[in-house]
Amino acid sequence: MSAERTAIRQSAPPQSMFGRGPMGAVGMPVQKAKDFKGTLRRLSRYLQPHKPGLIVVIVAGVVATLFSVVGPKILGMATTKIFEGYLARVLRTSNAGIDFAYVGSILSMLIGLYVVSATFQYLQQYLMSGIAQRTVYAIRRDVEAKFGRLPLKFFDSRTHGEILSRAVNDLDNISSTLQQNLTQLITSVLTVLGIIIMMLTISWVLTIVIVLTLPLSVAIVATIAKRAQGFFVRQQKALGQINGHVAEMYAGHAVVTAFGHETRAVATFNDLNEAYYEGAWRAQFATGIMFPIMMFVGNLGFVAVAVIGGVLVTRRAIAIGDVQAFIQYSRQFSMPITQLSSIANTIQLTVASAERVFELLDEPEEPVEAAGALAAPRGEVHFDHVKFSYTPDVPLIEDMTIEVRQGQTMAIVGPTGAGKTTLVNLLMRFYDVRGGSIRIDGVDIRELTRGSLRRMFGMVLQDTWLFAGTIRDNIAYGRDGASEDAIVEAAKAAQADHFIRTLPDNYATAINEEATNLSQGQKQLLTIARAFLADPAILILDEATSSVDTRTEVLIQGAMARLMRGRTTFVIAHRLSTIRNADLILMMEHGRIVEKGTHQELLAAHGRYADLYHSQFAGRVLQEVEETLSS
Amino acid sequence: MVKLLRLIRPFRASIVVVLVLALAQSVANLYLPRLMADIVDQGIVPGDTTRILSIGGLMLLVAIIGTVCAVAGSFFSSKIATGFGRLIRGRIFERVAHFSVHQFDHFSTASLITRTTNDTTQVQSVLIMILSMVITAPMMAIGGVALSLSQDVRLARVLMAVIPILALVFFLIMRKAVPLFQQMQIKIDKLNLVLDEGLTGVRVIRAFDRGAHESRRFAAANLDLTGTAVSVNRLVALLMPAMFFMMNVTSVSIIWFGAVRINSGEMHVGAMMASLQYAIQILFAVFMVTAMFVTLPRAAASAERINEVLDVVPDVTDPPQARTPIATRGHVEFQNVTFQYPGAEEPALSGVSFTARPGEVTAIIGGTGSGKSTLAGLIPRFYDVNEGRILVDGVDVRDMRREDLRARIGYVPQKAVLFSGTVASNIRFGRDTATDDEMRHAATVAQAAEFIDTMPDGYLSPVSQGGTNLSGGQKQRLSIARAIARRSDIYVFDDSFSALDFATDARLRAALKADTTDATVFIVSQRIGTVMGSDRIIVLDDGHVAGIGTHAELLTSCEVYRQIAESQASLEEVA
Repeated sequence: MSAERTAIRQSAPPQSMFGRGPMGAVGMPVQKAKDFKGTLRRLSRYLQPHKPGLIVVIVAGVVATLFSVVGPKILGMATTKIFEGYLARVLRTSNAGIDFAYVGSILSMLIGLYVVSATFQYLQQYLMSGIAQRTVYAIRRDVEAKFGRLPLKFFDSRTHGEILSRAVNDLDNISSTLQQNLTQLITSVLTVLGIIIMMLTISWVLTIVIVLTLPLSVAIVATIAKRAQGFFVRQQKALGQINGHVAEMYAGHAVVTAFGHETRAVATFNDLNEAYYEGAWRAQFATGIMFPIMMFVGNLGFVAVAVIGGVLVTRRAIAIGDVQAFIQYSRQFSMPITQLSSIANTIQLTVASAERVFELLDEPEEPVEAAGALAAPRGEVHFDHVKFSYTPDVPLIEDMTIEVRQGQTMAIVGPTGAGKTTLVNLLMRFYDVRGGSIRIDGVDIRELTRGSLRRMFGMVLQDTWLFAGTIRDNIAYGRDGASEDAIVEAAKAAQADHFIRTLPDNYATAINEEATNLSQGQKQLLTIARAFLADPAILILDEATSSVDTRTEVLIQGAMARLMRGRTTFVIAHRLSTIRNADLILMMEHGRIVEKGTHQELLAAHGRYADLYHSQFAGRVLQEVEETLSS
Repeated sequence: MVKLLRLIRPFRASIVVVLVLALAQSVANLYLPRLMADIVDQGIVPGDTTRILSIGGLMLLVAIIGTVCAVAGSFFSSKIATGFGRLIRGRIFERVAHFSVHQFDHFSTASLITRTTNDTTQVQSVLIMILSMVITAPMMAIGGVALSLSQDVRLARVLMAVIPILALVFFLIMRKAVPLFQQMQIKIDKLNLVLDEGLTGVRVIRAFDRGAHESRRFAAANLDLTGTAVSVNRLVALLMPAMFFMMNVTSVSIIWFGAVRINSGEMHVGAMMASLQYAIQILFAVFMVTAMFVTLPRAAASAERINEVLDVVPDVTDPPQARTPIATRGHVEFQNVTFQYPGAEEPALSGVSFTARPGEVTAIIGGTGSGKSTLAGLIPRFYDVNEGRILVDGVDVRDMRREDLRARIGYVPQKAVLFSGTVASNIRFGRDTATDDEMRHAATVAQAAEFIDTMPDGYLSPVSQGGTNLSGGQKQRLSIARAIARRSDIYVFDDSFSALDFATDARLRAALKADTTDATVFIVSQRIGTVMGSDRIIVLDDGHVAGIGTHAELLTSCEVYRQIAESQASLEEVA
């Protein structure tokens, strides 16, 4: 599980403090959404509760941009005034020199403008932080809630990586886009428009010069981005291969070492590493030159403005301060343009992400449940003409009728992969029957809430499941608010108390993320302890003892026998003693029940069970043990 | 970070080139406003159009030179940074490939994968940033200050006052923000962990009806993360407005003080306008430099994690003067072997002595944690003993080259590990030179031939990464076939039969016995049935040898063995 999680984190874009740089997304291959508009509309529904806030954000953006866009022009007016004063002094047309009162009033007005602009800019960002994070919070909450309502079929038919990628990577994308790009989009558009208008008020000739640089930069960015995309694809492909090779070689480290394949593994790695390098430096180079080239285009505009503006000033067509304003505008012009081109990409990416998240939210859910509950369940289980299949065209159970009375044990037997978990899936209502019914104490389990149904069961599944937390927390998972004594008692019953006490912090020992500080057997013991603590009416044991060593197994079997007393038990097992003592044996093959009956009945029938029994359990080995023991 | 950067030596020449190019680029960029000042002072004021045009031409030339330098610089820095990434990645992989099994386990697979891939990428991208921005920024800042000083000393003071203020503001914000960002990352990890556990344990959660509990855990983590994310983003929201405000105020101040200077005839208008340009360039550079300091800690953390790997000195190494046994038969002898995992309180094995001869099967049985697998791992030298010694054909395994030793061992791990490729490539992993017949033979012995033949492409059927397209039993049988194809003197089966059903287990052992008449075979198992036919059974209990002998001998002499036998007899006895 953790390797998978690591892989997810690897593929996630690194969380940057400044988000994606202006050139970050340019050239990266973009996955497009199928229904762009619909998804966008749905995403905006999440923003609905923040409507007032968003309006303020937009208004603040408008004010901030307006006030900052007029700045250079006003600053230019001051320069013009200074220049006039200077000329006057140089040419000695008057003695006045620079009109400081005028310049002073302009400059103080400017400071005022900038204060307002900065305040509103901050206000915009400040409000957007709250809106963006709360929106993502809501989506994340919905996704998690959805997980709770999805049928097990959903989880069984997908890899964790696939599901996690939506819940983690895609939500990350949405989060950073809402946080940064939305306000950037507003500001960039407004800035571009504002600057064009401001420039037009000064000189249309110079405006044309600057605006002409626009298609030039767009063309350059597009050309480079196109080339870069090829390199990025190459780089990503090589990176994928490197990751695959690394994961494989590391996972098989002991085998690689044992078979002396280290040198070869390194050679393969070096080849892949080289391939990655070839793609990576080109991709990097293509992205790297984007900025200098855009700057060059900016400088072209700068030179043009300086020269043409200069000539215009000498002809008294415009003022010197206007040239200065123009230079500032032309500098400010290229930044939002580049931003816009990358935002376009980012927004596509984000909408595609949002679409994947919404797809998840649209998955069909478990049917709505009834409100019934059993107060004191006895644990009588009745399968009444049950029909079931995972996929409609592959029938598994056609017509099954079984009755298990209170305290009885039913063993489910069959070769590995016989689909024995199907019965558990049905009993626990992980899947619903397609025909007939399952009744507990005479009540159809579909009339009970899933929670109350499942609380009647105690399970020890084949795949042990522990979470990062203390040993105590993990055992207490079986029952809310269990006392320390009850926990220790359960651990003792599962023969786990002893090893727990040898751990550095006893019951407070933290299980690490990958649970590598426990052996497989110890993990199994803990899940058994958890089942002990839950104290259920019906037990389901899913090959619970298979990975515990034989000596511990004996002890557990004893404890299990105590636990099973008076409880209805379903055992998925291949231990003969359990099977032999069972009140009913279900023999399963390829997911179907082929035989049912007691041990003696099935042996007498000379069917599949008898075959299995003779091939697996009977033999010289055990007789010999018996003989030696009895002698 | 610094330590890791020492590895950059091979790129020294390129780095010098990048530095020179960055300098040229900075000079060019700084020269432009100066030329513009000339246009104003020498062209516009006297009204000289030709002068304006000629200076304009010069500006164009300077802009082109600057761009060429920047592009060339980007070329070299891309190559350096990705080349450095390649170098480190290669180093880590090579180092890890030669880790002993214990050293490997110390890090865990997932963490080593992250270090090899993620962390190197992180360092690589920071290096790109350093080369493309951090280098030029100080040049721009210093050059800008120098040039504005040359324009007008007093006006330059405005800049010199603003730069530290800007840096300070930025620094103060970031000093608060960086720990918050780190906290946020931790909280993201926490949230993902809860989510991941929810997915992994979906059956258990539902079985225990703990959905609501998990939702509460998630909601708490979600809320916690959102709170931190909001505060960190609000803090960072201060940055841009603050920076632009400072820049604008600087511009206004330059105009004001410039006006005063111009009025007193000490400065030209062009110079003032140039200073305005410098101010913006300089402040931007300062901003970049400070930003760099912010991203550095993360890269430093990655570099640290990489160093941890590179610092590990392989503990199982080849001796300077390797010995090779005179007779190569596979005679294995443990002499009073004690082994303790580094950091463990108790030895995993203590005082183990026995001899295993060619043609014999030695079985090792014992409970969980009794040291069975450890013992098996000592033979191919996954670990080195702390006391005593292990002899193969009379030579201490530590005196042999690992490659020579391991070439003689066919090892089958507890958990089958396959590699992506084909069935054939996986079997031939044991021995490249195995012929088709030998490969088929190995598969037959391992009871794998039957299922391989039913596969659509037989031996050429693809095996996916980790062998996920095969069942547990099939993987295990291929893993056994791989060892058999090696035709070794010594075989080590580390609990390799547990994934097989009893019948297959029995058939496999019978076939194996016929095939390995001259080899020394070790079988680790928990099943009495698997070990009872062995020539010698070693019973381990908490790392100690509780008994050595045949099945019959041990039943009477060894209490531990009898307990195991009894437990399995009661579990598997005949009705």
